[in-house]
Amino acid sequence: MDLVAIIGLNVLSGIASLVLISLGLAIIFGMMRIINLAHGEFLMLGAYATVVSTNLGVNVWIAMLVVSPIFVGLVGLLIERTLIRFLYGRLVDTMLATWGLSLFIVGLITTIFGNTIKGVPTPLGGFQVGAYRSDLYTLVLAFVALALLVAVVVVMRFTRFGLIARATMQNPNMASALGVNPTRIYMLTFGIGAAVTGLAGGLLAPVSGVSPTMGSAFIAKAFITVVGGGASILAGTASAAMLFGFINQLGSYFTTPVFGEVILLVAATVLIRILPEGITGRFFKGSL
Amino acid sequence: MNWTRRRVLTSTAAATGGLILSPAVLRYTALGAENPILVGSLHDQSGPLGTSGQPMVLSVQLAVEELNAAGGLLGRPLKIVSYDPQSNIQLYTQYAQQLALKDKVAVVHGGITSASREAIRPIFDRFKVLYFYNTLYEGGVCDRNEFCLGTTPAQTVQKLVPDAMSKSGKKAYIIAADYNYGQITAKWMTKYCQDNGGTVLSTEFFPLDVTNFGPTISKIQQAKPDLILSALVGGNHTAFYRQWTAAGMKSQIPIASTTFGLVNEPSTLDAKESEGIMGAYGFFEELTTPASKAYVDKMHEKYGKDIPYISELACATYEGVHIWAEAVKKAGSIDRMKMIEALETGISFAGPSGQVTIDKPTHHAVRSAYLAVVKDKKWSVTGSYPDQKPLDTAAVCDLVKNPTDNQQYVIKI
Repeated sequence: MDLVAIIGLNVLSGIASLVLISLGLAIIFGMMRIINLAHGEFLMLGAYATVVSTNLGVNVWIAMLVVSPIFVGLVGLLIERTLIRFLYGRLVDTMLATWGLSLFIVGLITTIFGNTIKGVPTPLGGFQVGAYRSDLYTLVLAFVALALLVAVVVVMRFTRFGLIARATMQNPNMASALGVNPTRIYMLTFGIGAAVTGLAGGLLAPVSGVSPTMGSAFIAKAFITVVGGGASILAGTASAAMLFGFINQLGSYFTTPVFGEVILLVAATVLIRILPEGITGRFFKGSL
Repeated sequence: MNWTRRRVLTSTAAATGGLILSPAVLRYTALGAENPILVGSLHDQSGPLGTSGQPMVLSVQLAVEELNAAGGLLGRPLKIVSYDPQSNIQLYTQYAQQLALKDKVAVVHGGITSASREAIRPIFDRFKVLYFYNTLYEGGVCDRNEFCLGTTPAQTVQKLVPDAMSKSGKKAYIIAADYNYGQITAKWMTKYCQDNGGTVLSTEFFPLDVTNFGPTISKIQQAKPDLILSALVGGNHTAFYRQWTAAGMKSQIPIASTTFGLVNEPSTLDAKESEGIMGAYGFFEELTTPASKAYVDKMHEKYGKDIPYISELACATYEGVHIWAEAVKKAGSIDRMKMIEALETGISFAGPSGQVTIDKPTHHAVRSAYLAVVKDKKWSVTGSYPDQKPLDTAAVCDLVKNPTDNQQYVIKI
């Protein structure tokens, strides 16, 4: 029974980290159709923002939940203005441009901070489940992931900005004819996507080694989740994260971490073969 | 040296020209030197391995400066030809060919990972360039053209495992990186665990990009070992020590590692995450012998206090260059075969880590090993074992009997 609880916690943490690392990508890729290959580097920037501000004496929670998203959100706005806005509608070009961007960011951060591993200690402590121990931070990750999902629903469904954003993504010309400025909406959406990614990076800083190349460990999983999820950013990301997080963590537990990764990739391949449009191409169709 | 007519003419012309043209050239010829002896250095100075490679290059520089200050070798000054392969195996092979064919160096000190060594070793074999590999590794390389100066598992793991078992208990759980270093080191850990009456409950390997250790931490708790043996490698695997501490396991089961510290974990992790982790290497910056202090002080004095941690990698490189210089003196030549023969006479050098001697049958080093434990973000040395032989490689490799042997052996358990 304790074991079931502890495995359940692992699965929860797997799902939560997948939701966190892929939600920003879902907003940028799912809504705006921009393949952002610098997504992993946005995560890394968020993690560095947390590490640097914590070392400067900022409270670790403020660093993770406030500094990181604001910093990466601003970086996102800057990048949208200087690079992305010239490439809307050109899928392959955005890929190349953001790939170059990712190399540039890795190089820049290496130059500034060197390639040693940084990090902040995990806040909170552990707790006992029968004969086992787990850490409280897992529950924080799960809570923030859930809160983010709820926030996306609220913003998209119940605010004026959400309505305009959805309209603009669906038909920018029509929205423009109705007096909306699509350029501004694109800019803000990209910034929000970047900020969510920055938040994820900040939250992952205490549980992983922070180095300039850490993004590459996350980017494949983020893309798998978003593509597996399909067109709906929210239902898609949530359902794909649940499915893949469950498979990956149970696979790792019952076999080895190597097979855990393999099983995840095989499951993703099979899923895309059966549901080429992703999970939300068949189920929850048309949901947010 | 053959004094052909052309040679006499050109050197006379050069000497005359030098005398007339410039005082700098005058000094140069006055030293009696024709050309400097070229020493190749091939270490990553950027990319993920850059922090390990930078102090190695500085060590080559320090050793060469010392040798030049003492008048060079064979009356000729030494000059370093250094390339940065940027943690990229393809660049390793390209620069290795360049060192061998274009620069025609007398020796190459280089390679950090086993992958980079295996990429460049055949090149130096083919073009007959003497090669020094100065990194701790999993052991077993048998090649007459190569000298391995770093420690192997028989020198470190063999000391670490029984020491850690005596402090905790007999049941171990091995976690290691999923490539040849981790795989082979895990075998040695298993062997030394069993040799000392212990058991290995389970062995798990992790791809280098795994960052989530939750399932493994649960499995370890289920298995209830007395001791964790870790050969985890690199930035992503650092996450294990964080998650282990966060789950509150740090105080319950001790960790001994053969890799902890290679990317300077003691100073980057928080004190409570690293406190008490045990390690074994051929050198620690914190050693307090006069020779080790003098070396570390010289490095800091010349290259600044901010250089990355001076680990066994840097120290063995420094010793490698000096041992090579001893061989050149002994051979009285930079001819490759004469140097190999000189090195095979059991040549030795009193380095920062202690006495280092070349073992003839294996071309590995007989050297000291040290045990240490992390205390307050620094290593605290707890034991020293002088004159440790590379017994693992000696069991499979005998270059006296089979001088043409050329492969890496892997232990069977």
